[in-house]
Amino acid sequence: MDIQLTEFDKALLAGEEGPASQMAMRILHRMLPVFGVDRFMDVEAAHIDSTVYMGVATMEYAERLAELGAKVRVPATLNVSGVDEHGWQEWEVPEEVAANATRQMRAYEAMGCIPTWTCAPYQTEHAPSFGQQIAAGESNVIGYYNSVIGARTERYPDLLDICAAITGRVPAAGLHLDEGRKGTVLLRLTDVPTALQEDDAFYPVLGHLIGRMAPDGIPVIEGMNVHPSNDQLKAVCAGGASSGAIALFHMVGVTPEAPTTRAAFQGMEPPRIVEVGMDELRASYRDLSTAQGEHVDMIVLGSPHFSIDEFKALAPLVKGRQKAEGVDFLVTCSRTVRMIADHVGLLEPIEAFGAKITVDTCPLTSPMLPERISHLMTNSAKYAYYSPGLLGVDVIYGRLTDCVESAVQGRVVREEGQWNV
Amino acid sequence: MERVKGNIIIPGTAQGDVLASIEPLSFWGGYDQHTGEIIDRRHPLSGENGAGRILALPFTRGSSTTTAILLESVRRGVSPAGIITDRADVFLALASVVADEMYERAFPMVAVESEIFARLQSGDKARILEGGVIEIDSSQPS
Repeated sequence: MDIQLTEFDKALLAGEEGPASQMAMRILHRMLPVFGVDRFMDVEAAHIDSTVYMGVATMEYAERLAELGAKVRVPATLNVSGVDEHGWQEWEVPEEVAANATRQMRAYEAMGCIPTWTCAPYQTEHAPSFGQQIAAGESNVIGYYNSVIGARTERYPDLLDICAAITGRVPAAGLHLDEGRKGTVLLRLTDVPTALQEDDAFYPVLGHLIGRMAPDGIPVIEGMNVHPSNDQLKAVCAGGASSGAIALFHMVGVTPEAPTTRAAFQGMEPPRIVEVGMDELRASYRDLSTAQGEHVDMIVLGSPHFSIDEFKALAPLVKGRQKAEGVDFLVTCSRTVRMIADHVGLLEPIEAFGAKITVDTCPLTSPMLPERISHLMTNSAKYAYYSPGLLGVDVIYGRLTDCVESAVQGRVVREEGQWNV
Repeated sequence: MERVKGNIIIPGTAQGDVLASIEPLSFWGGYDQHTGEIIDRRHPLSGENGAGRILALPFTRGSSTTTAILLESVRRGVSPAGIITDRADVFLALASVVADEMYERAFPMVAVESEIFARLQSGDKARILEGGVIEIDSSQPS
C-alpha cells in the first residue's frame, strides 16, 4: 500500500515542527499500516487515556514527550490518573507510586491538556458533539462518544491518543468513516419486561452481555420500550467495553445513528440476528458476580466516574442513615463533579452516611485499597469485570439501592425479583 | 514441522513455546506486568505465564490500557517473545512500536489466517522468522 502523506504530515515527520511532533508522527506513521489504511485525517479534539499510571514506562513516555516540548494541537481532556492528587494519603497508595503518578500528571499538563482527570469527560463541558472527529482513548469513553453522542473515534490505545493530540492527525480508518459505523449484528430483545428496562440494574448487565455476544462487532439493539438515561447508556458502554471490545453500538430509537433498525445497518439487511431473552440476561447478571454469600467489605460506586445525577440518586437513599462499621463505602468521581455535588448540598448526607469520595482516579487505576478488602460490591459492570484480576478480590454486582442496603446491614442484600420473570 | 506465512505486523524474529487461546484478552486486568502471568480469572489461560512465550491471541478486548501494560512488561523483561494474532491488532502492535522508540526493544508480531490460528496449541514450539514466516513444531501427534 502506497502511503499518502500531506505536506504537513511530511513536515512533522521531518522534524520541522520540533522533536516531539516528530516522535508522535513517527509512531503514528509506523502504526498506519496496522490500521490497514494509507492516509491520515484531521481530528478536532482528543481524550487522553495515557494518563493512567501503570509503571515507570508510562511515566518515562510522558516525560520524554514533555521534555521534547510537546504541545497538543487540539483540545485534549485528560482521563484518570494513578492517584487522587490531594487525597491519596488517606489510602494505602505507596509513596513511590504517588510521586511517579504525580510526575506523569505534570507531564500531560505541561503539554497543554485540559486537567479534567476523569473517565467520564462526556459529562463535562468538554463533551464533543454529533459528527465531530475525535481521537479518544479509554474504552468506555470511546463507546459513549461513538454510540450515545454520535461523535467519531476509533478505538485508540493509550500512548497513541497523545500522539494524535500532538499532531492533530489520525489514520483515516474504521469508525471515523461512514462505512465503518454500520451495524454488524442485530440483537433483538425478546420478552424483556418494561419494568426491567426501567431498572438501573438492567444496563450494566446488558452491556456485559453485548460485549460477550459481539466482542469485536457493532451490535444493534432492538426492542427497547423505554428511553434510557445518559447514565444508563454510560453503563452499557462501560460493560460492553469490558467484556468485549465494543467501540460503537446502536440502540434503535435511542442512539443518534439508529432512528430505525434499517438506518443502523445503513439500509442493508442485518448479517446476523440473535434473540436476547431473559435466559441470556440472567446468565449475564450472574456472570457479573464472582462471590455468593453475604460477605462484603466494601461498596464501590463510580466506574465510569459518578455524575451529578448519580449523586442526586444516591443522596436521598443514604440521608439520615449510617453504613455498618465493617463495610467501607467509596464513590469515585471527577474533581468538578465533587465540587458541584458539594456546592448543591449533595455531599453532606453522603459523607454523614460514612462514605468517602475519591477523585482523579479509582481503585482500578490507583493501588489504594487496604489488603483486608476481599469482597467488593458494586453497581458497575466495569468494576465487576476488572476487580477480580486487578485487585484479587471477589465481586458482587447489585443495583444502587442494593449497594446502599448492603452497606447499612453489613451483609449482601439484593432485590432480585426483576430477574426472576 | 509446519511452515506457515502470515502478514508482518511488526517485523523481527523470535522463538519459544506457544501459549494459545481463541479467546481475546485485555492485558489490563489480564496480564501481570511484574510476572507475565495471565490474571483474568474469566479467561481460559488464567494462571498460565506469557513471559518469553509466543503468545497466540486472536485480538485484544476491553481496556485501552492494554498497550501500557504490555509496554511495562517489555521494560521489566516479562513480555511475550513474540505475538501471533488472527488480525492486525493496534493495541499490541503499538506496544512494540513504543518499546522500540523508548527502549529499542521491539517484539515481532504476525497475523495469520483464522484457520491457521485455530490450529495453534499451547505447548507447540514456534519460530517467527523473517518475512512473516512461522515454523511450528506441534506438540500433538498428527
